[in-house]
Amino acid sequence: MSSAPGEGVLSTGPATPTGTMLEVRDLSVEYLLERGTVLAVDRVSFDLAAGEFVGIVGESGCGKSTLLFAIAQLLAPPAEITGGSVIFKGRNMVGLTENELASIRWKDLSVVMQSAMNALNPVKSILAQFADAMRAHGVASKAEIAERSAEVLRMVGIDPVHLKSYPHQLSGGMRQRSMIAMAMLFTPDLVIMDEPTSALDVVAQRSLMVQIKELQEKLGFAVIFVTHDMSLVRHFSDRLMVMYAGVVAEYGLTGEVFESPMHPYSIGLMEAFPSIRGPRVPLTGIPGSPPDLARIPPGCRFAPRCPKVMARCEAEPPALYQVNGRLVRCFLHADEGPSHD
Amino acid sequence: MTDAAAQPDGTPGPADGTVASNGARAGDDASGEPLLRTEGLTRVFKIGSAMSRATLHAVDDVALTIGEREIVALAGESGSGKSTIARLLAKLYKPTAGEIYFQGTPLSQIRGRRQVLRYRGDVPMVFQDPFASINPVFRVSHGIMRCLKLHRPELSAAQRRAEAERVFAAVGLTPAAEVLERFPHELSGGQRQRVGFAQALAMRPKLILADEPVSMLDVSIRIGLLNVMADLRDSQGVSIFYITHDLASARYVADRLIIMYAGQIAESAPTEEVLTRPRHPYTQLLLSAVPDPRAPLKVGAETDRGEPPKVIDPTPGCRFRWRCPLAIDECQHVTPPLRELLPGHSAACHVARADAATEAFR
Repeated sequence: MSSAPGEGVLSTGPATPTGTMLEVRDLSVEYLLERGTVLAVDRVSFDLAAGEFVGIVGESGCGKSTLLFAIAQLLAPPAEITGGSVIFKGRNMVGLTENELASIRWKDLSVVMQSAMNALNPVKSILAQFADAMRAHGVASKAEIAERSAEVLRMVGIDPVHLKSYPHQLSGGMRQRSMIAMAMLFTPDLVIMDEPTSALDVVAQRSLMVQIKELQEKLGFAVIFVTHDMSLVRHFSDRLMVMYAGVVAEYGLTGEVFESPMHPYSIGLMEAFPSIRGPRVPLTGIPGSPPDLARIPPGCRFAPRCPKVMARCEAEPPALYQVNGRLVRCFLHADEGPSHD
Repeated sequence: MTDAAAQPDGTPGPADGTVASNGARAGDDASGEPLLRTEGLTRVFKIGSAMSRATLHAVDDVALTIGEREIVALAGESGSGKSTIARLLAKLYKPTAGEIYFQGTPLSQIRGRRQVLRYRGDVPMVFQDPFASINPVFRVSHGIMRCLKLHRPELSAAQRRAEAERVFAAVGLTPAAEVLERFPHELSGGQRQRVGFAQALAMRPKLILADEPVSMLDVSIRIGLLNVMADLRDSQGVSIFYITHDLASARYVADRLIIMYAGQIAESAPTEEVLTRPRHPYTQLLLSAVPDPRAPLKVGAETDRGEPPKVIDPTPGCRFRWRCPLAIDECQHVTPPLRELLPGHSAACHVARADAATEAFR
């Protein structure tokens, strides 16, 4: 974790805070569709220090997965980065050629996808898939490949006999863990995870989260973890970003966001979860549904669903205000701190 | 936590602030026969080639009851047999052994198009995926009108229309007349799932089978649908069999909770009873794994890395024994029967006692 969390999150200019490994600046992604342009990610900025764990939460269609893909340079048409930069270890990833990206992928940056069933090749053994990634980075020795593959598999708690297994012979949890093992082959600096636990049930989910955290502490890589279930990252992430309709609604230390959420959307999300313990209270969730990103309302994007909506919210979009080291995009906090964007 | 006073009125449930009606099973008919009851319900699937003849026991010797005006939640890990039970109750599968009784009538005796149609009207199903379960080329009125024509042929066209508007309003799709004329793509996921419940309700059902009805929806709208389910029970008198892997949502809406493991019932009791006094070690494992942002992370929490077994040609013995820290000799070779430990609270465990808490996972 950075020593002054929350500060410098939006600092621009050449002075990079020490330890910052990833700087995302004003990143925008559009989908160019027949019915018009859909602005899926709108000027998102954040920093990630080495070894830091950031959770990104939001509903389906809020742009969280698109943001991840944009950071990893995995977008395919009709999606396109239309602005901003992704500085990873001092190098702007936006605009790199496929060859340049190939030298970074797996080695410095790995991605763990949502569905391991679809991410693993069904007709190749686990070892063959690990070997592919290693050969792409110049590891040719069979013995070395076998040794490293067994080592990473052991790291995630799978017996190396499964190197010879095919994906269908593994359970869902084991498949997801072997994806994580594959991401560890070169001990990257950054691992990007897109809902890696969503296909698992609670017991396997908890076991996987604990394992990710243990590996992270041992190997020191940074994690960007995207999920729709914010309770999942409560105890594992250092910072939490809440996204709504393509923009950052709130961003701050995970504990603080949970303790005292500021944005009405964050508050609504917290109260949408029934609890397994404590008193049973009737909940309402958040009425309505997110806006169509092809027809973004002129004011605050959350205004149509917001219980605290004011006249101003429907007229102009709120800026991101910095309040006590937290960023929040809501006019309710406009007078409490300086604004960005 | 939620300030109850700030909540708009209309949240169903009794005034004590709980949504589940949490009573004893109300309204079983005078004969004591519950709305639906299963006895030794078993379904096996043949797997492998013709030579190997292995059988997968998806559901094995399950006895459960669903009373009137009751929401019963069935929870368990994926592969535990939850959906197979739903399909057996929906008469989509035939049981390999055992019987299902609906209002006292064995399902095996419900035969012929007219009888089956009537059963499907009494016990409709709501599916998991609201994006795949509505025909995209017709307005949403199309499906519900066809339901009404088929299941309630006595209604005139005007009555059908009025009934469609009534059930749409009942699930919160308002203005009903307008929503009926929309196409599925014009509705959000939450609204589509409400259409699913409205269609089920149009048949004047006794019991709705809901297989993971909210798991595909965003968290902010799940609660709305759970509230619809509670309201259907309270104002329409419908029972709901709610299949889920989310214990917190089961707690929010269900009167009784049944926990399944590897095709068998592990524990069954009123919801709060299961959650506050779990007797089966597996229930404790499940509960300990639910992420709870309001509680601190248990440091050094026992992390179970085992996995549920595939139940292929099972031999006697408890199916949880490989993962159970409390397993004794008996568990290795005697299948524990579902025993009633306390009134209304049963568990299938040799070790569980009525008077003492089980301490397997915390």
